[in-house]
Amino acid sequence: MTHRQLQLVLLSGVVIALAILPRVITDVYMLNVLVLTLMYAALSQSWNILGGYCGQISLGHALYFGVGAYATSVFYASFGITPWLGALAGGVISMLLALGLGYPCFRLKGHYFSIATIVIAEIGLLLVHNWDAVGGALGIQWPIGPDSWVTLQFARDKAPYVYLALGLFVITWLVTYWIEDSRWGFWWRAVKDNPEAAESLGVEVFRSKMAAAALSAFFTALGGGFYAAFVSYIDPESVMTFRFSLLFALPAVLGGIGTLWGPLVGAAVLIPLTEITRSYMGGSGNGLDLIIYGALIMIISLAKPEGILSLFHRNAKPDARP
Amino acid sequence: MSGEPILEIRNVSKHFGGLTANDDVSLNVGRGEILGLIGPNGAGKSTLFNMIAGALPVTAGTIRFNGRDITAMPGTARCALGIGRTFQVPRSFDTMTVLENVMVGGFMRSSSTGAVRRAAIETLDFVGIGGRADAPAVELTPPEKRRLEMARALATRPQLLLLDEVMTGLTPAEAKAGVDLIRKVRDQGVTIIMVEHVMEIVMPLVDRAVVLHLGRLLAEGNPADVVRDDKVITAYLGERHRAA
Repeated sequence: MTHRQLQLVLLSGVVIALAILPRVITDVYMLNVLVLTLMYAALSQSWNILGGYCGQISLGHALYFGVGAYATSVFYASFGITPWLGALAGGVISMLLALGLGYPCFRLKGHYFSIATIVIAEIGLLLVHNWDAVGGALGIQWPIGPDSWVTLQFARDKAPYVYLALGLFVITWLVTYWIEDSRWGFWWRAVKDNPEAAESLGVEVFRSKMAAAALSAFFTALGGGFYAAFVSYIDPESVMTFRFSLLFALPAVLGGIGTLWGPLVGAAVLIPLTEITRSYMGGSGNGLDLIIYGALIMIISLAKPEGILSLFHRNAKPDARP
Repeated sequence: MSGEPILEIRNVSKHFGGLTANDDVSLNVGRGEILGLIGPNGAGKSTLFNMIAGALPVTAGTIRFNGRDITAMPGTARCALGIGRTFQVPRSFDTMTVLENVMVGGFMRSSSTGAVRRAAIETLDFVGIGGRADAPAVELTPPEKRRLEMARALATRPQLLLLDEVMTGLTPAEAKAGVDLIRKVRDQGVTIIMVEHVMEIVMPLVDRAVVLHLGRLLAEGNPADVVRDDKVITAYLGERHRAA
């Protein structure tokens, strides 16, 4: 069995185990944590396409998450369009937005690019805050209806959300898996490692970044659409703040940036940890999760810059930096 | 040298602010030849090299490749036309394996991963580091890294290969192996321009030597004549070479 076939077998195993979990766990709180873990794994997998493989560290992906959440909510709450289509529309809008923003931003390098993404996401947050047509600061409440796979509303049973989040994760994983072994995957990694050398080998550096950004934004928006359906009420603060951008980047960084399994491993450590501390600390623990993120970043960058996954590799690359 | 030249450099100049790195350089490169671009440090070799590769824009002049004006073309497009290059300080893709490094170049010519992988393995065998295919690129020794640079450039199937000081820092034995490899590449029909300042290595290898001095073309011709040229001896080689 080749290394790549082994990955697929591993994925099947993980999917089966995770699909059984909601049958075993009945506690709503634990199911919630599971949904969030899988959702952040999928979102981090999406972020990883641009940040991990192509090396363009975006700290503004909350923007695309917000666009997905808002598009889905507006289409559903105002026009009764199913969130399945709403999320897809949000994905396409995010994709176009990523291309429009990438055009100027990909002329910036390294930290300057990251700073630009933070600023643009903050501008987006402010715009939505003051945009009355999408609810402004009040946000959008999803109309209450019966449990349904069409409207993605499940009031009592949380298991469907587990399956949805798992499905989203599997899709992002498969897309990453497929691209990893294609021309784009090789080009992205070349752009990350050394853009000048990449250019001399015929790699279209700018186009590579644009393609990675578009794909990454698309799936991030799908995740936003899912989240909106899951919480059924959104406002700017609950889907577009900087905290989300961090939460998309961190699992990948923690688990192994630019790797297939890094986002899931990172999310499986990070999300339960923060959710559980938050619930223990109650209202007073509001800033505590941020302190945990900070501490984790420091530990990882000092001890294992390549992430948790590198613990399992024989040939750890001593010089690699995230 | 027969037929029309593969590369024509016409009156090319390069200024960095007030500094003139190249001044009105004109040069033809014949198909299938090994051309040595030599000169002391600061002579403008690397600048000219980078303008041919498309990494630096020219200030004035034109560059033609196979009769086509490529002066304004970026490096990526020149690679597609058939110009490959290496870097003075090897720039491997350090999160990838040796094989993956070479595959990046191979995707220039094909989008089939399987075909690109097979071709890359052949290229690695050709340059003599086939045994290191699965090693992370960071783990290569300096001479191996030079070979990787070459393999990567060869994977783009160049007609013209630009080698930037590939011999610098090698032991005599390693340099000898490098010379053999460059001859082997030329025998495949690839034209080679090599920038070098280690004369002892370049002279026996190249068909023609071009000496740059203070950004200008000082002398050009077969290597044996060039080293006897009075201007070259004064500007570059030093008096001790006059007897030889």
